[in-house]
Amino acid sequence: MQLTNRSKVVTQPEMTWVEKLYLPAIFSGLQITIKHLFRKKATLKYPEVQKAFAPVYRGMHVLKRDEQGRENCTACGLCAVSCPAEAITMDAAERKKGEEHLYREEKYAAKYEINMLRCIYCGLCEEACPKDAIYLTDRIVPSEYTRGEFVFGKDMLVEKIEERVDISKRQKNYTI
Amino acid sequence: MSVVLFKAILVVLLFLISLGIAAYSTYAERKVAAFLQDRIGPDRAGPFGLLQPIADGVKMFLKEEIIPTLSDKFLFILGPSIFMVTTLMVSAVIPWGMPLEFGGEIYALQVADINIGILYILGVVSLGVYGIMIGGWASNNKYALLGAIRASSQMISYELAMGMSVVAILLMTNGSLSLNNIVEAQGTGKLYGFINVSGMNWNVFYQPVAFLIFLICAFAEANRTPFDLPESESELIGGFHTEYSSMKLGLYLFGEYINMFISSAVISCLFFGGYNFPGIDYLGTILPHNIVSIISLLVMFGKIFFFIFLFMWVRWTIPRFRYDQLMRLGWQILMPIAIVNVLLTAAAITLFGN
Repeated sequence: MQLTNRSKVVTQPEMTWVEKLYLPAIFSGLQITIKHLFRKKATLKYPEVQKAFAPVYRGMHVLKRDEQGRENCTACGLCAVSCPAEAITMDAAERKKGEEHLYREEKYAAKYEINMLRCIYCGLCEEACPKDAIYLTDRIVPSEYTRGEFVFGKDMLVEKIEERVDISKRQKNYTI
Repeated sequence: MSVVLFKAILVVLLFLISLGIAAYSTYAERKVAAFLQDRIGPDRAGPFGLLQPIADGVKMFLKEEIIPTLSDKFLFILGPSIFMVTTLMVSAVIPWGMPLEFGGEIYALQVADINIGILYILGVVSLGVYGIMIGGWASNNKYALLGAIRASSQMISYELAMGMSVVAILLMTNGSLSLNNIVEAQGTGKLYGFINVSGMNWNVFYQPVAFLIFLICAFAEANRTPFDLPESESELIGGFHTEYSSMKLGLYLFGEYINMFISSAVISCLFFGGYNFPGIDYLGTILPHNIVSIISLLVMFGKIFFFIFLFMWVRWTIPRFRYDQLMRLGWQILMPIAIVNVLLTAAAITLFGN
């Protein structure tokens, strides 16, 4: 029964006398390897030269603030729902009076945790977010000593007011 | 300067050069491997990684020395020693360059011009297998024993074809076994009797088949890929040196590279005119004798380095032979070809003179 037209008949013919000498095959092999001697080397000398990330690289997450430094996240939970690895958990809280400069809307995430070991960096949280709050960046997730330390809270995720995280490079190259 | 003193200096120099070349062969091997695979290779220790062999050597020295409890301690230590000594001994009969001349006295750049040079080389090289066998057996380890058995049977099989291919060369130099005579014969006379280029009368032009057989056998004798079955890492962990550590392992690895260096020297002597190079007579008329000698020495080393490169080039090109293929190649292909080659050479010499 033929399922596809890609099947090949495999034969193992007896080697001819010339082939049994192995020498022609060895010489052609030597020719191939000597050509590689003069090729451009693929190696990057790592600590001095670092490989540039692809423009669409998805690395560690960031929780964005708006222009006035208020957190965008409203703890709607869409990211947690969309997450295929179930890495995101959060607790919502209500904004009190006097906290208007901290949170953009009346509801905010009191606790927001991503388990970086569960995360598969698919970027679905970013797509699900209606408030432009969570983005994946080209930063590398730092290494830790224990599993527990890989559960990143808001202290690791929310961007600092004084050092904003640029996400425009990835968004520019990002088309659905 | 007496001849004895000169020889003593030469011996020490040769010892150091052999070790130095072996050390840098390890570096060259890694570099060649890297370049043939589009990589860069070691480049951190010193400029271009040139201090890498020293780092490797220091590492080897500082490793813990382990002698297995159930091994035969005396033989365990004897193995690598024999291997190293025999590999170093071969260099004694190789003429490295034209003789130097100081104040009318002639100093040959050869430790001992014995009249059975080739026989000496074949003999000492086959002694080298004892180092491997003893080491592998004394380890009391299955892998080591298998490697040792493979090494010995491989050596025996290929030594025959090697000897036979050399016989053809010996017929051409009127049966002289002295390496010096063989090299000198390649520096005189015209190529094929009519091409008049001095120092170009190389045996490889008369005996390409013998050269090929000798080259293949040299690969097998030096345990190099594609005949590295005695130590094949992927099958036998490390073959005969599985149980070795520290500098005893270092001696085995070093010995292999010295072996490679010496085989290259022997190949250049037997087939590529040794220290002879085209135009050697002309240079002799315009330059002082000693300068020409030094040039010939450099030419000799140039040839040796080319063959060392060839060894590496082949190693990173072809995979290992299977054991039955190895034996079939040795006994059923190389041996008959070598014998036929000897007969044809003898017939040609009888019919056409030399």
